[in-house]
Amino acid sequence: MENRTKTPAAVSRRQFASCTAAAAAGFLMTACGPQRLYEVPRARLRTVIDEMEREYSAKYGKHVTVGDTPPMEGVLFAQALDISRCVGCRRCVYACVAENNQSRDPQIHWIRVLSMDKERGVDFTDADAYYNPETVPEEGRFYVPVACQHCRNAPCTKVCPTGATWIEPDGIVVIDYDWCIGCRCCMAACPYGARHFNWGEPSVPVEEINTSTHYLGNRPRKKGVVEKCTFCIQRVRNGRYPACVEACPVGARKFGNLLDPESEIRYIIEHKRVLILKEELNTMPKFFYFYGT
Amino acid sequence: MSRRFALSLAVVTMGLLASSTTTLSQAPEKPGARLETPPPPFSEGIFPCSVCHGEMPPNRVRRQLTDMHTDIVLKHDEQHRWCLDCHDADNRDFLHLANGDRVPFEESYRVCGQCHGEKYRDWQAGVHGRRTGEWNGHKSYLLCPHCHNPHQPRFKALAPKPAPKPPMRPGH
Repeated sequence: MENRTKTPAAVSRRQFASCTAAAAAGFLMTACGPQRLYEVPRARLRTVIDEMEREYSAKYGKHVTVGDTPPMEGVLFAQALDISRCVGCRRCVYACVAENNQSRDPQIHWIRVLSMDKERGVDFTDADAYYNPETVPEEGRFYVPVACQHCRNAPCTKVCPTGATWIEPDGIVVIDYDWCIGCRCCMAACPYGARHFNWGEPSVPVEEINTSTHYLGNRPRKKGVVEKCTFCIQRVRNGRYPACVEACPVGARKFGNLLDPESEIRYIIEHKRVLILKEELNTMPKFFYFYGT
Repeated sequence: MSRRFALSLAVVTMGLLASSTTTLSQAPEKPGARLETPPPPFSEGIFPCSVCHGEMPPNRVRRQLTDMHTDIVLKHDEQHRWCLDCHDADNRDFLHLANGDRVPFEESYRVCGQCHGEKYRDWQAGVHGRRTGEWNGHKSYLLCPHCHNPHQPRFKALAPKPAPKPPMRPGH
């Protein structure tokens, strides 16, 4: 017993050689082979992205650009939504579908508008996403659109077994569609139902494809991967507003930089009654709901 | 002593240079610094009002209009106000405040803000209403009448876009 602990196990020449060879091969494969997009050096990122552009352009028969705009220094994105204004018209849902190349059939909607009872308040057990009246708003109902809350303490990023989803320095939770293995652990972890799975091959009509894409955002996806709201990363990193913010007919959605004390978001947090969804879970969302009146 | 002075001078100038370069590289304007709005949404051929009203002596008696503007139905605190509470009787191309100050239609938010002060404040901060432009750059406001008909400011009900398809269950 003592002997065994003191002397190391004998390693044959053959064992040593094969172990070394395996280690070398492993090193070479990780260093030169495919990488997660978040660890690809920027110099190599461009070649990876050029490859994506070629693939998508060939698939759709028109020039698809894949952007790689990096996060800005000193910016933490946040959105706020005025529950007292939202009329539940779902304009944002379809603006988002068009902007972000979501599959039409099988249908994927990144935003779900929940209709809730005014007397019960924000209560998910009583929420109805399938309301379909002649006109909105309905008497006695209010509407809570829910998409990715871009949590600072995001449960979805912690459970991913392959490291295919992470929080960018500007606070956007993104997915690497090439490293997602479709295990859907993140969907189980997300308390907001914000992540959506491509159960079938996504279909977007060629004439409706948005050719302005970002490698962490709305580039075309494939069957078997998870996708979700990215705050329109392809727009906001270039200074534009997200598509849902521009589409809202009542101006209920506000977007800006959480670190800028002059921003609309900060004004809302400092002056309005603000709530976050499922606060007790300590996910620390960067999506705020407020009462503008 | 002089050496120390020179050193501190150098530090100060470097600091100044650094601060000036940072201010240059920052965003040129803060939100709310400039109120740029598109032109007011007049009905076609209605403005300038003085084309018709210029020669007409103003009738300041509160009444139901029967000859012109019969399409305007006032549903905006109609028990208490009528046309000339907002429209200026002496110069029809202007609105006026409660104190009599004339306000051009381009600045109608000042008229609305007399009663709706809280909304006016939020609107200036970019929180009430829609803004277009860039979140970190130049932003443009919409005037109150772009969204609210001043004579009937309440939003009309909208038809919602189609509901999402419910998830398919096996065997259905």
